[in-house]
Amino acid sequence: MSISGKSTWRPGEFVIEWILRVCSSLSVVTTLGIIAVLSIESVLFFEEVPVSRLLFDTEWTPLFLDKHFGIWPLLAGTLLTSAIALSFAVPAGLIIAIYVSEYASEGVRKVLKPVLELLAGIPTIVYGYFALLFITPMLQVIFPEMGSFNALSAGIAMGIMILPMMASLSEDAIYTVPRSLREGAYALGASKLQMIFGAVLPGAVGGITAAMILSAARAVGETMIVAIAAGQQPLLHLNPLQPVETMTAYIVQVSLGDTPHGTLEYHTLFAVAMMLFLLTMTLNIISLAIRERSKRMYR
Amino acid sequence: MEATSTTQTLSPGAGAFSTAKKRPLLAHPMTEKAFIFFARGIISVALLTLIALIADVAIDGYERLTWNFFTAFPSRKAENAGILAAWTGSLWLLLLTITIALPVGVGAAVYLEEYGSKGPFTKLVELCIANLAGVPSVIYGILGLQVFVRSLGFERSLLSGALTLALLALPIIIMASREALRTVPKGYREGALALGATRWQTTRTQVLPVAIPGIATGCILAFSRAIGETAPLITLGALTYVAQVPNSVFSPFTALPIQAFNWLSRPQPEFHTNAAAAITVLLAFMIMLNLLAIIIRAKYQTRQR
Repeated sequence: MSISGKSTWRPGEFVIEWILRVCSSLSVVTTLGIIAVLSIESVLFFEEVPVSRLLFDTEWTPLFLDKHFGIWPLLAGTLLTSAIALSFAVPAGLIIAIYVSEYASEGVRKVLKPVLELLAGIPTIVYGYFALLFITPMLQVIFPEMGSFNALSAGIAMGIMILPMMASLSEDAIYTVPRSLREGAYALGASKLQMIFGAVLPGAVGGITAAMILSAARAVGETMIVAIAAGQQPLLHLNPLQPVETMTAYIVQVSLGDTPHGTLEYHTLFAVAMMLFLLTMTLNIISLAIRERSKRMYR
Repeated sequence: MEATSTTQTLSPGAGAFSTAKKRPLLAHPMTEKAFIFFARGIISVALLTLIALIADVAIDGYERLTWNFFTAFPSRKAENAGILAAWTGSLWLLLLTITIALPVGVGAAVYLEEYGSKGPFTKLVELCIANLAGVPSVIYGILGLQVFVRSLGFERSLLSGALTLALLALPIIIMASREALRTVPKGYREGALALGATRWQTTRTQVLPVAIPGIATGCILAFSRAIGETAPLITLGALTYVAQVPNSVFSPFTALPIQAFNWLSRPQPEFHTNAAAAITVLLAFMIMLNLLAIIIRAKYQTRQR
């Protein structure tokens, strides 16, 4: 009988290890698949439309007879709704995170964490419904001139959607700050709030920044809320009371229409998706890098 | 107060952190009280919004939740329209997605936790999973459109939809399963290996049984999220008008969120009521799945003690 497992040839073990290896390599295949699909079809788009037309035009009308391919209206719509969402979600999420980790009792924390999880799991179409038929009518009381599609209510709904993620990730970041830092601050005579703002938050700044960037990526990629509540008019402006079209909403708009396969209109789908992918991917990678660095700090 | 106190340096907030002689703002007890009050206010508003979100949809849709609504196909008349095709489609999608994603996801997690060395392959896989978790769901729809619908020729079928949702759910399943596998004490593995079990025997008989409740909890949450996804299915080209119950994986399909979106994008308020009812059904289903996950977690935690 051999002691070392390696000297015995076991075909079953070998096969299983390879099956498992194939399972885990599927994520690499998916990543490459996304990049391949988006690049191939985007190249077809850029063969017909040079990049300069994308950058130096201020109108986006690829579905009209008079075609314009300026990306700025879609980009502005995306940034406007995301900025509104983040301006709600980031401060509120941070304050919730501080409260939960530093002040809340164990009981409150035990209830709040699953609630945050539940909130994060609500389908985005529910937020879209809420934005269109609850937030917008309420805002119209304050701004009577506002139409039923606008960037503001979509942004607010998106802020509510992102809030649990922002709060939960920031709480994780605050939690990793070592006890010794807190005790050091107390030893220097700091009050609790001074300890939080002087020691804990600076110590968790990496994790919190990563949480903010990840939330931003989530906002940029969010589709249904903006497709339902923000409208589908690619107008170049930054007025929250006006309708806007985001990159994601444009993808939905083209998908819903019967755009024939292989046409220029069809290829715009992939060009816009490519830009969306690059944008969120960049944000994700930055966030990952920051998180890795701040993790190493306390090891 | 500070002037009379002899233990001035011991009073909170008056030490090295304060530069001025006066008590700094952050050290004032009132500031802390105000902060706590403010934080509790924000949490209350957030919770109230959650309640408003669910109550708003449920109240709007309540009147349409009749038996007929579950057994009828879409119709041009809002009050006759139902979600038979949508809820059967969603159920098919859920079961198919589980069948595809569960073995692959758990397999990948087992490889990364039990087999994987810290080599470049594992690093690459981990990087890809972390990135895929952040890819917007519409992008998965575009991938599915090009690969499953067009290249593989599955058309706009349940299979295409389920494969797309499976890819979407995979990163979450892998991460949750890895977390569950990591909680299995090292001694279980060492004991089995010391008795001469192979790596797979150890995994199958010792590690997986202990990790299953944790894996189940994570996977239920992942699938309940997948079933609520709208954007990838729309991009895939899922139909909004389907008047048949799917009978094979190659059937054309619609799903609850798509049906709800379709009704929501019409101008007539009667259809908005239908949308609210469909969303209520979807939410009820998801809350049931979440409760199941919570029950499994609770049961597992008591058994551990």
